[in-house]
Amino acid sequence: MRLDLGVIADMVPAGSRVLDLGCGDGALLEELIRRRGCQGQGVEVSSEAFHACVARGIPVVAADIDEGLPDFTDGSFDVVVLSHTLQATRRPALVLREMMRVADTGIVSFVNYGHIGLRLQLLTRGRMPVPRLAPKRWFETANIHPCSILDFESLVRGQGLVTDQPVILAADGGPAGGLAARRPNAFALSAAYVVRRDPGPGVR
Amino acid sequence: MPDALHTDVGGSVGPVTTQHVKLFDDPHPLELESGHRLAPVEVAYETYGELDANGTNAVVICHALTGDAHAAGHHGDPSRSGWWDNFIGPGKPVDTRRLFVVCANLLGGCMGTTGPSSINPETGEPYGLRFPLFTVGDLVEVHRALMRHLGVTRLRAAIGGSLGGMQVLHWAMEFPDELDAAVLVCATSRLSAQNIAFSAVAREAIMRDPNFHGGDYQRIGVRPDAGLGVARMMAHITYLSEEGMREKFGRRLQNGTTPRFGFDVDFQVESYLHHQGEVFLRRFDANSYLYLTRAMDYFDPFRDMVAAGPKLEALRTPFLVVSFDSDWRFDTAHSREIVQILAAHRVPVTFREITSPHGHDSFLLVIPEYHRTVANFLRRAGAEPGFTHAAGI
Repeated sequence: MRLDLGVIADMVPAGSRVLDLGCGDGALLEELIRRRGCQGQGVEVSSEAFHACVARGIPVVAADIDEGLPDFTDGSFDVVVLSHTLQATRRPALVLREMMRVADTGIVSFVNYGHIGLRLQLLTRGRMPVPRLAPKRWFETANIHPCSILDFESLVRGQGLVTDQPVILAADGGPAGGLAARRPNAFALSAAYVVRRDPGPGVR
Repeated sequence: MPDALHTDVGGSVGPVTTQHVKLFDDPHPLELESGHRLAPVEVAYETYGELDANGTNAVVICHALTGDAHAAGHHGDPSRSGWWDNFIGPGKPVDTRRLFVVCANLLGGCMGTTGPSSINPETGEPYGLRFPLFTVGDLVEVHRALMRHLGVTRLRAAIGGSLGGMQVLHWAMEFPDELDAAVLVCATSRLSAQNIAFSAVAREAIMRDPNFHGGDYQRIGVRPDAGLGVARMMAHITYLSEEGMREKFGRRLQNGTTPRFGFDVDFQVESYLHHQGEVFLRRFDANSYLYLTRAMDYFDPFRDMVAAGPKLEALRTPFLVVSFDSDWRFDTAHSREIVQILAAHRVPVTFREITSPHGHDSFLLVIPEYHRTVANFLRRAGAEPGFTHAAGI
């Protein structure tokens, strides 16, 4: 399994009921279901990825998460995972709201477009940056809503949500240390957040 | 796990014969939900493939309103194959090289299984409308008795389209330990007002036929053919889509290009419907049509969620739910409602709306994305860890 999926899997409590949005070929769900005692359900819009999930026995609903999550009722999951998918949605705020409707906990990972290397690409070449983790040019990339770590945190706050400390990911998808951990918005390639509903003042 | 790309190719199960068995007897009758008892119940069925030593590789095909036991293979003429022959066979989505497939004519049907056209042992005459009303659950009870008779201890899957899917839903909810997987194609958990309205008009057409005689037409030696034909013609419209009909018939005339300006059949679509109605008369019984459509009307397993909730909580059977985007008989909203309720109760559910211009009838056609989905799903059925084979049918 990809290292970054391993990091996400580690953030999911064993035995939880997990909804994976944009679950791809179902590799993360397979890990969670077969080895971590979770109940898992995927949502995937790509036809080929859908077939890959069915072929490995992962339950998957073919749907476009930009339409919301009408197939899933409030609070019916413990955790909703959105791994490297938020930036590819047309309506990230809606997707985030829908996640937090069907579960109390969300896990979101994304490429950090605030990374210094990407800033320099734009500054020095005057061209839209192409991140190593999503090496597609502006007209090819699925990431139509690129954001930095600060942008993401601001979106989360704006939705009345709070986050734990993010897990900062290195180029290989594993956890990163050093500068990336100390100054993530400028030096992290990507990050994974646990998102929760804001319990309000006095409760924290 | 290899992924089958071309599941629409594959062989035929070849020559088959419909078999008959008498199930239930007076000490152990079929107890219907209505409280009525039936014994014996004759069942017509076909099987394809071999049952394994443990009796756990069986797949039940639940047929729709007007289907029969002859789902695959042929009865002598290879060009006239069973109604789901493109779906069942060696190398097909329901792969008879590794699965033992059973398809039985439904209780209340008229293709060899006891129904209103059968002889009532108490009177020596056909039941007619004296046949007891039955439910989708009663259909499943007969299937279960047949499985016991055949030595099937556990189902690898139950599969059904339309009314067939309703049987599968009931089976999984009531007896979750009996099946490894459930496949529902263009099904519903409850008919809409519009669905019931269509059924009501079909039944009216039959019952208002002067030859109906309160359902006793067999005894008198006539048939309510006009009514049954109209019922079938109207129902057939709901099985196709506007787009499909436009493509197939448009406004084309049956003979030439000049309208004849009369009330005889002139447009191709009229001729087609007449043909469908007439073919149907040769093989179907009007009373069976009344009873089976009524069983569909009353089906509503989620109506009482206080009762259904605990059943759904106990249900861990993986479901595959498939709908077709041009189906307006049981449109995608019907399937999505099932998906939503299953997912809310933590039932593993795979769902897809397939693109097809052929309406409700799509489930009987070779649509590669559809067949590939079912083939992949069935290949995994029974392979999931955590499923014990403790319970039997």
